Amino acid sequence: MSAIPIPVHQVDQPAEWTQPYKGRVGMYCLIAAESAIFAIFVVAYVFYLGKSMYGPTPGQVLEVPIFNTICLLSSSITIWLAEHALEHNRIKRFGAFWAVTIVLGSIFMIGTGMEWNKLIYHDGLTITTNVFGTTYYSLVGLHASHVIVGLLMLLAVLVFTLMGHMKEEHAERVKTLALYWHFVDAIWVVVFTVVYVIGR
Amino acid sequence: MADSALPAPGTIGGAIDVTPHHKAPGTFLETLHSWVVTVDHKKLGIMYVLYALVFLLVGGVEALCIRIQLGRPENHFLSPEVYNRFFTMHGTTMVFLMGMPMLVGFMNYLVPLMIGARDMAFPRLNAFSFWMTAFGGLMLYYSFIGGSGLYAAGNAPDVGWFAYAPLTARAFSPGHSTDYWTVSLLVSGVGTIGAAVNVIATVFCMRCKGMTMMRLPLFAWLSVVTSALILMAIPPLTAAQVMLMIDRYLGGHFFDTLAGGSALMWMHFFWIFGHPEVYILVMPAFAVANEVIPVFSRKPIFGYPAMVAASVGIAFVSLGVWAHHMFTVGMTSVGNAFFALSTMIVGIPTGIKIFNWLATMWGGKIRFATPMLYMTAFLFQFLMAGLTGIMLSVAPWNWQLHNSYFVVAHFHYVLVGAILFALMGGICYWYPKVTGRMLDEKLGKWGFWLLVIGFHMTFDFMHIPGLLGMPRQIYTYEAGRGWDTWNLIVSIGAFVQAAAVLLFAYNLLVSYFRGEVAGNDPWDAWTLEWATSSPPPEYNFVADPVVTSRRPLWDMKHPEDPDWKYE
Ligand SMILES: [Cu+2]
Repeated sequence: MSAIPIPVHQVDQPAEWTQPYKGRVGMYCLIAAESAIFAIFVVAYVFYLGKSMYGPTPGQVLEVPIFNTICLLSSSITIWLAEHALEHNRIKRFGAFWAVTIVLGSIFMIGTGMEWNKLIYHDGLTITTNVFGTTYYSLVGLHASHVIVGLLMLLAVLVFTLMGHMKEEHAERVKTLALYWHFVDAIWVVVFTVVYVIGR
Repeated sequence: MADSALPAPGTIGGAIDVTPHHKAPGTFLETLHSWVVTVDHKKLGIMYVLYALVFLLVGGVEALCIRIQLGRPENHFLSPEVYNRFFTMHGTTMVFLMGMPMLVGFMNYLVPLMIGARDMAFPRLNAFSFWMTAFGGLMLYYSFIGGSGLYAAGNAPDVGWFAYAPLTARAFSPGHSTDYWTVSLLVSGVGTIGAAVNVIATVFCMRCKGMTMMRLPLFAWLSVVTSALILMAIPPLTAAQVMLMIDRYLGGHFFDTLAGGSALMWMHFFWIFGHPEVYILVMPAFAVANEVIPVFSRKPIFGYPAMVAASVGIAFVSLGVWAHHMFTVGMTSVGNAFFALSTMIVGIPTGIKIFNWLATMWGGKIRFATPMLYMTAFLFQFLMAGLTGIMLSVAPWNWQLHNSYFVVAHFHYVLVGAILFALMGGICYWYPKVTGRMLDEKLGKWGFWLLVIGFHMTFDFMHIPGLLGMPRQIYTYEAGRGWDTWNLIVSIGAFVQAAAVLLFAYNLLVSYFRGEVAGNDPWDAWTLEWATSSPPPEYNFVADPVVTSRRPLWDMKHPEDPDWKYE
């Protein structure tokens, strides 16, 4: 291996050289990819509306989950308050709002579970019943699985907080995770509109 | 652009590693361990490319078997069942296990070096992506052993690489073969998405000082565009695979027409992925051409901003053309017209690129070393492939030739004539950097000319039986339809190509041990990867480089006439 002996010039210090935080860019990329997956499932749901050969139809069995939706959407506010608290190094406040976020997310999951329980055991709608069942459970289930993944990650952060490992310098990372949570909430707005408003 | 804030030229000299590192080679187990657990982008890049080359040989053997089968009318070299498996596996292998890993390998190895970074943005994600991709490929091939699941159900996938419904339904594809296809593409798709996230984050967040987006080497720019396309195109495939799994495992009805599902939706979802996939594969070929052609023409690239804009333009347009694969399913005339026109529009930015490359070569002092030979062939063959593409975008012409060998010839012209040629040229170009040795030029030229001859024998003549009405994916044909001679020539050409690929592989192997020592910068090139030693140390650069123009190495070598004076 031959190395060219080149004199090292005196480097002027560049005044400004800032680039975006890589975690944030990575998360935006992931969100773009996830949005594409959701787009396909949403298109499928809309396309297959009314294509079922036999019942039950969405109008017969779906109830608008208003309480659930309020819980999930307000969790976006609480997580934002938590981010804000961490940036100002108010760890206790951060932990409190973070925990509230988890509770709200969990309520949403319990609500979805109860809804599915009713649909399956009361209305007899499963994924095999008809095209509506297939598309409904896959779209709402895809979203719910994202909520579960989000909750697990939020829980991990909560554990770190309770163990006293959370510091102001982690704000950037926490905000990246919160970005994912905001995305999951935003997707719910789309799913809610398509499934419960347009599709019913 | 905040150019005034950037430092004086000539400051990348400090980036060169001048400390000789003589490390005793470890034992075999140590070496193996270091490769398996590595998070180094260079090692992962090499593994991607080697993995792709192995599957190039595997997919090539399948292609040869197909060509033996079709070489003569009424041949029975393969059984019909095996024939179906072979063309399915050939297509799937070449796209997902050869093309994608190869380009991801190129991006992995080169992007951090070109932007003066020490690694990718997320090294562990990088390793995860590679092993997911590798796992996907191995799982797909495991189907040959474990895929039947049901007595006499058949082992490997045999539904064609686009796996149209309802052939993939449980009733028509019993056993597990289709499940292997679905799950392995899902798994390797996750790997590909991970790699794309990584490349974008690397380019946006890890550039060395002074490397503004308009000074980025075009290879890195096109890697970003490719990755963005991956993020848009692979997820629809993933979604479609999930739906297929729901249908097959959980009894869903997405593609089950009897229950109100739609086989047509599979076609839409598949081609929403499938068409951009072509551009995902060809964009890295453009990227290689953007680096190699200027260096061997001794001129900076012509029209850098136009090149960037054209790439972004192609990416956008390519998301809206998918139904040109579906002209024969009976769309409305508005639909036909839209997809015919949008497909033709792709020709505009592509044409810009071709003119830019020609203008770069025009008046240049061209050196026809092996990499440049590959690039020249790439240019002409890509042009030809584009022209038959425009022919096929005309809906009535397409109705006539849909699913014929004309289509097969067209897309192999793109995939082999453009992409494979460019990537092989790229391997010749960067081989000295990766191994520290030069490839044997004589063997390289022999391999190149053999490949050119074989390629044109196969794929030029493949258009003709297509025009004469020979459909794709047929098992055999009767004599006297006018297809016999053409098919024989095509099959012979396939073997010439196989010889060329083997010669290429042999060259890679032999030169690793006996090649001339390359030195840091054997081609007198301009981008940062040539500033460090060959092979680069694990940390790439001793000090973070600082660049002041698009051709930092030119500035360093020519302090009397640096590029930054003209920017
Ligand atoms: Cu296409």
